[in-house]
Amino acid sequence: MLNLCGFRILIDCPLDLSAITIFSPVPYDVGFEASEYLSDVPLDAHNPIQKKQKLERQLTPADLVCAEPWYKTVKALHLWEASLIDIVLISNPMGLLGLPFLTQNPGFCAKIYMTEATAKIGQLMMQDLVSMHNEFRCFHGPGYSCFPGWIKDLDSEEVPASLKKVVFGESGDDLGSWMRLYSLDDIESCMKKVQAVKFAEEVCYNGTLIIKALSSGLDIGACNWLINGPNGSLSYMSSSICVSHHAKSFDFHGLKGTDVLIYSDLSCLQSAEVTENGCVSPDLDNNYLSTIRSDKKDDDLAASLLNTEDSLEEMEKLAFVCSCAAESADAGGSTLITITRIGIVLQLLELMSNSLESLSLKVPVFVISSVAEELLAYTNTIPEWLCEQRQEKLISGEPSFGHLKFIKDKKIHLFPAIHSPNLITSWQEPCIVFAPHWSLRLGPSVQLLQRWRGDPKSLLVLEGGLSSGLGLLPFRPIAMKILQCSFLSGIRLQKLPTLFSVLQQKIVLIPDAVNQRINLAEMKTSSILNYSENKTLRVPRIADNPSVEITTDLASKFSWKKLRHRENFGIARLKGELLMEDGKHRLVTGLEQEESSGKARPLRHWGSVAPESLLDALLKMGIKGSIEHSTRDNDTKDNSVIHIANPNRGLVETSEIGTAIIAEDENVASQIFQAIDGILDGI
Amino acid sequence: MGYNCVCRNSHMDHVGALPYFTEVCGYNGPIYMSYPTKALSPLMLEDYRRVMVDRRGEEELFTTTHIANCMKKVIAIDLKQTIQVDEDLQIRAYYAGHVLGAVMVYAKVGDAAIVYTGDYNMTTDRHLGAAKIDRLQLDLLISESTYATTIRGSKYPREREFLQAVHKCVAGGGKALIPSFALGRAQELCMLLDDYWERMNIKVPIYFSSGLTIQANMYYKMLISWTSQNVKEKHNTHNPFDFKNVKDFDRSLIHAPGPCVLFATPGMLCAGFSLEVFKHWAPSPLNLVALPGYSVAGTVGHKLMAGKPTTVDLYNGTKVDVRCKIHQVAFSPHTDAKGIMDLTKFLSPKNVVLVHGEKPSMMTLKEKITSELDIPCFVPANGETVSVASTTFVKAKASDMFLKSCSSPNFKFSNSSQLRVTDQRTADGVLVIEKSKKAKIVHQDEVSEVLHEKNHVVCLAYCCPVKAKGESDNDVDLIKQLSTKISEIMSGAQIHEAENSLQVGSFKGAVCLKEKCMHRTEIISCSEAVFLCCNWSVADLELGWEIINVMKLNL
Repeated sequence: MLNLCGFRILIDCPLDLSAITIFSPVPYDVGFEASEYLSDVPLDAHNPIQKKQKLERQLTPADLVCAEPWYKTVKALHLWEASLIDIVLISNPMGLLGLPFLTQNPGFCAKIYMTEATAKIGQLMMQDLVSMHNEFRCFHGPGYSCFPGWIKDLDSEEVPASLKKVVFGESGDDLGSWMRLYSLDDIESCMKKVQAVKFAEEVCYNGTLIIKALSSGLDIGACNWLINGPNGSLSYMSSSICVSHHAKSFDFHGLKGTDVLIYSDLSCLQSAEVTENGCVSPDLDNNYLSTIRSDKKDDDLAASLLNTEDSLEEMEKLAFVCSCAAESADAGGSTLITITRIGIVLQLLELMSNSLESLSLKVPVFVISSVAEELLAYTNTIPEWLCEQRQEKLISGEPSFGHLKFIKDKKIHLFPAIHSPNLITSWQEPCIVFAPHWSLRLGPSVQLLQRWRGDPKSLLVLEGGLSSGLGLLPFRPIAMKILQCSFLSGIRLQKLPTLFSVLQQKIVLIPDAVNQRINLAEMKTSSILNYSENKTLRVPRIADNPSVEITTDLASKFSWKKLRHRENFGIARLKGELLMEDGKHRLVTGLEQEESSGKARPLRHWGSVAPESLLDALLKMGIKGSIEHSTRDNDTKDNSVIHIANPNRGLVETSEIGTAIIAEDENVASQIFQAIDGILDGI
Repeated sequence: MGYNCVCRNSHMDHVGALPYFTEVCGYNGPIYMSYPTKALSPLMLEDYRRVMVDRRGEEELFTTTHIANCMKKVIAIDLKQTIQVDEDLQIRAYYAGHVLGAVMVYAKVGDAAIVYTGDYNMTTDRHLGAAKIDRLQLDLLISESTYATTIRGSKYPREREFLQAVHKCVAGGGKALIPSFALGRAQELCMLLDDYWERMNIKVPIYFSSGLTIQANMYYKMLISWTSQNVKEKHNTHNPFDFKNVKDFDRSLIHAPGPCVLFATPGMLCAGFSLEVFKHWAPSPLNLVALPGYSVAGTVGHKLMAGKPTTVDLYNGTKVDVRCKIHQVAFSPHTDAKGIMDLTKFLSPKNVVLVHGEKPSMMTLKEKITSELDIPCFVPANGETVSVASTTFVKAKASDMFLKSCSSPNFKFSNSSQLRVTDQRTADGVLVIEKSKKAKIVHQDEVSEVLHEKNHVVCLAYCCPVKAKGESDNDVDLIKQLSTKISEIMSGAQIHEAENSLQVGSFKGAVCLKEKCMHRTEIISCSEAVFLCCNWSVADLELGWEIINVMKLNL
């Protein structure tokens, strides 16, 4: 949440889908598990001894909540008054998943921006989620919209702590962020409110903020945001990948030189956890820092950011997944891939089909998802959003992703659901199946997992980060091999110093958690501030006074004044209308310009009036008077009084700070004023 | 903009000389193209080169390698993507319709902005959308005016005519030849035919002559986002560029029996394959030649359209009997006069320049723009220079106090028949320029501070007799009385009353009990009259005197 120029901006509105692992999957096999569970509950409730045992023992599938799942959205989102949000920026498809919860709110009236690709892919993902969720609905029967019973059940003591932690959060206040899933209609009405943009398209909010999406490289359509306002510029950096093999790469040149950078790439925390486990050497850190100290040129730094090491590593990971799948297929086992990141799925599909072909393995590849067909068709019509190599393919007239050819050749089969009528006819094992969802609770993956879990030749490919304990719980005992792979989902921590010195921001905001992991104190270029959850951080304004543009027709009307005492200055009174256009203050000719310019008269004066010279000036106008010094006021003020006798009685009282004209006659008074105006500088 | 080059669409008349420009002339500035243009222009260029060199035997202007090298220098841009070319120049592309990838270009240098439309189309056609642009503040709009006086009605009757002509031909066992450029028209007509074939359940094959058009279809399929809304919506279920009835043409099929429809390049029957096929098919009265769009004078296409010739000279001197039917497909991807007027009205630029088209009709349109829209319009001849004034802003830094003062509303209530509230705020500040420093706008209260001077307040004062000393001396009553008087004479004045004082704007008056007041000019003692000691600032000079006069009347 960001407050900029008085506008409140919310960035990203995701769902915590890992939280739904607390729910037990729809039991496909028989009523076996369900009945077991049911018999378990009354026992627990009435037997205190068993309760204790339960606390100590391991989690069992029975602990999982058997109900229509609810979904966990952004923490504390419900505490915000939806109608007070002015702008919502969505930086990637995942960040869109929770948005319908927000737009459902009748008071919600913010402008939502996201890239076209994010909108499309995100919408498909939400539709897929809803259709997968419907299976639950069919199983558990029509739900009721009031507070669900399962939360009450969970609050009791017998529930294992790890479950409770997921439901109630660390501090126990997460309960409010659980929501019942939206419907297809909600998605549609949500998407109607979205304004889709292209990369680097400038959109102007309310004439004040100019908002621009720049590619982040994380996924197709994922972006960082650049916000320009009259008081400075700000960039928001979400998880970014420097060199991507699917989406358009991280456009960091566009983020350069803004006043403030909000760095919100938390992915490095996950990778840092890996370093703690001793997988990646943490020494790299120092090397990078030293390269900076040696004051390399900008280009070199940028080049070091773009070094392909990471992306090569990513490619190796993908190739490894492929080879594992091929291996198990060779051995007669099937592979289930539950990765949901669309870019990676596309790459895997391409690689997998290629490697199967080169190995001349006749293993069918299935993609089972309600949106598979549309999604795969869509990804071949968006060359503008892809990385350079894939754009090159457009130029040479090839499809952006290889899957098109394989679908045509009937090597990849697309099915909307596992119970699709044609699936059975073309089904053959071993096979490789791409099926959502990575949480292993929703969609076709559940059924397939239940089918293959006992097969030691089969392989399950999981996305890293899923707490395998809770996630795999309902499927234990598992005999199948499990490959957990974590793909790069952000900038590596080691690269941060380099990145920041390339971007050259004046102020960098870093989440607390990241700052604890890396020492950025040695960075000279910018000041670094930390922000943390639930705390407001005020960032001082860096830019000096905002600039104003004055139209030439207004500027030509100025009547310039030279000052008597300061020759270096020229001043002019300025009257017009101040507008806000394109994020700039603009002064244009106002409506009553003509009328007011007639009676121009200096209203502010400075300097001091010497009584003698005033007397002289008055004399020239035919007014006679005499000076009387008086220090009647006991203060330090030194008053002079000029008595005027002719043509009418009057008095001028003057001191350091001011002059008073006392006269009964209007004309005399204005004459005196003119005389004073002639002596003082004024505007 | 001399160092920058933006290509708007991939028709030959726009990119035709690009490789020559970059590779032979040595231009090495940036070149921008939309994604489709970048994808499609190498095809067009190569085709053009082949026709020029291989078939017509002209000296080649550039080679295949030239084309490839040239295209490497091209930077692809997306719609609405804002590109900062250098410090001053900013460009942005807007959708123009016309052909796939055609864009209008918005360019901004400093504060001056122009739009160059290139070729555009203001109506949606079968596969492309209508031109779309934001409401921009422009100094200059440069618009094409190919059809400066034409106003076209609905397209449907013309589409139907075309379909019926083709249908009649194939139903009679004839062959229909549609010579067209690889891009745009072929796809549009083919969509039309493919759709019609489906509906009427016609099984006659539709052929595309060279790989060129088929390949172009491939691009169309990938570049769905540049097509019309209708196509975009449909493509999820079926990509409309996946033509169901379209097959590749083989040279041997020229003499194959039975009806067929053939799209052949190039258009206008100027050379190449389409001309060759024409030579074979023209003598049969069963056959049809459908000519889409415009044909340049001198081409066979132009001769066919001009009259109903019985024989036509081919370029190498051979004559061909023309007995086949000729159908002219009269829809063009260029905007008509109404479209130009609509766009001009929508953008309301400060100036308009018309380019491309026939002089007399351009002059007519110019008259229309000047008289109806009141926008200066120019029709420069080739090589003529037109100068227009450009927008510039004077830039200054504004102080916070000034900005704050501007943002507070100044409501005025007027009550004539209905209550009307108007916000009459004016930005009222002082522009200060110090030599060799940036101009600064400050609030008037800040001026002296900026100038390092001390304020000197000039005000007026007068202790005014308002009432003869009398019976009931009640200050409150007196003030009330005065205030009613003032409001009677000066309507709209906001008077604040207090126990023994009143205030109007900066005018302050208080009952003066002093025996001798400095501000009293007459020597009337306090015992004779009640005085109101007043002072007011120079800003309310007139107001002050008006009140004084009112109060004197009270005496």
